[in-house]
Amino acid sequence: MDNKRPSSSYFQAVLAVAWKDLAAELRSRELLSAMLVFALLVILIFNFSLELDKEARENVTAGVLWTTFAFAGTLGLNRSMAVEKDRGCLDGLLLAPVDRSAIYFGKAISNLAFMLLVEIIVLPVYSILYTSVSTMRLFTPAFLGVTLLGSIGYVAVGTLLASMAVQSRTRDVMLPILLFPVIVPVLVASVQASRAILQALEMSEVMAWVNLLIVYDVIFIALAFMVFDYVVEE
Amino acid sequence: MIEVRKLIKRFGLKTILRGVDFSVAPGEFVALLGPNGAGKTTFLRILSTLSRPSLGAVTVAGFRLPQDAAAVRRRLGVVSHMPLLYGDLTAEENLRFFGRMYGLEMLAARIDDVLEMVGLTARRRDLVRTFSRGMQQRLAIGRAVLHNPDVMLFDEPYTGLDQDASEMLDDVLREVAAKGRTVVMTSHDLARAEELATRFDILSRGVISASVSRAGLGANNLLDFYKQALANGQ
Repeated sequence: MDNKRPSSSYFQAVLAVAWKDLAAELRSRELLSAMLVFALLVILIFNFSLELDKEARENVTAGVLWTTFAFAGTLGLNRSMAVEKDRGCLDGLLLAPVDRSAIYFGKAISNLAFMLLVEIIVLPVYSILYTSVSTMRLFTPAFLGVTLLGSIGYVAVGTLLASMAVQSRTRDVMLPILLFPVIVPVLVASVQASRAILQALEMSEVMAWVNLLIVYDVIFIALAFMVFDYVVEE
Repeated sequence: MIEVRKLIKRFGLKTILRGVDFSVAPGEFVALLGPNGAGKTTFLRILSTLSRPSLGAVTVAGFRLPQDAAAVRRRLGVVSHMPLLYGDLTAEENLRFFGRMYGLEMLAARIDDVLEMVGLTARRRDLVRTFSRGMQQRLAIGRAVLHNPDVMLFDEPYTGLDQDASEMLDDVLREVAAKGRTVVMTSHDLARAEELATRFDILSRGVISASVSRAGLGANNLLDFYKQALANGQ
């Protein structure tokens, strides 16, 4: 053991990385504004292009919302890792004497915070644009819980794959190509659970999808913990 | 302090380092010189734990790589031609972030000392993106010495600096070396290397083709020695 020099505790390193991302974003607002504008545009485009009647709106709400979150999330994940790569900051992080999975968790926490912030703003806008009975259920604890679980799964996989994609010269294209096939179970489970809540179906129907989301979240967080070191190494 | 034996590094089918033997005594300042593509940056990335050796033995500060990478990182400061700093954080916030990643105690006092050393106390609350290239490089050195490393690696630190900034960097480098740290610096600037280093190693075609101490150089010019070493390596 090397006891002669101080070393950062694991959680101190996780929090330091998350704090750094949030503080930098608070100043620049580059990432959040891009995600937010993109998300609102997607919702507007869906609204104008689909010209839905009331019943159709009830049915598409979950799909439109999760499509919006997924696209906006990709933008945020790409930008979050590009900032590290462009100025060589990723090397600066990797030079720190901490378990490299702490860097992953720090980045994942900040990415999750950005995604949740966008969702918090998008949901009221959606409910105004797509007024229907079901949109009133967008703000129930059950729906918000599913949104949180889906976002955790999305960010857990997305942060790992963004770390891989950022090493490639075609990173902007690479991330969606890598991410969307892997994220299908999260999107399907999130959409189905959200739809069941919005349509006030039995709780047992919701829970089947929620359980899938929880399992997926746990598996991918554990996988990222194990492989992040190899993903970022040259 | 640094021992490298028969180091080989391959990227796919391409061999960059072809059996490098290299050793540096504590307190020595070694300038690693060589043409573009000789493998200098790859070599420093291996010493700095950012890349794994394909074959061979590497020991830094008594710790083997890649097995004891975290222990090596605790004793290592790295400055490259990229600042490895966050533009949307202030100088002080950057140092605080990296200090937390290294788990430093009495961090506020240490940040004061480092900012004083690199002459940026007056700009401590300014965003790094508003700094000139020279100021960013001085802060990068501050970041690298923050945890008081025994070994410092400089990869082309003068790239992109104007005359004034280069002279300021000279002073900071002299101060770093005067504190008894072991320094390895790659550079294309032979005049600067001759002025600062105590030993000169030539890396050519993936091997150390020649090595001479300042005393061994005598009245000869480093440029002549360098040209001769490259000619012998052809």
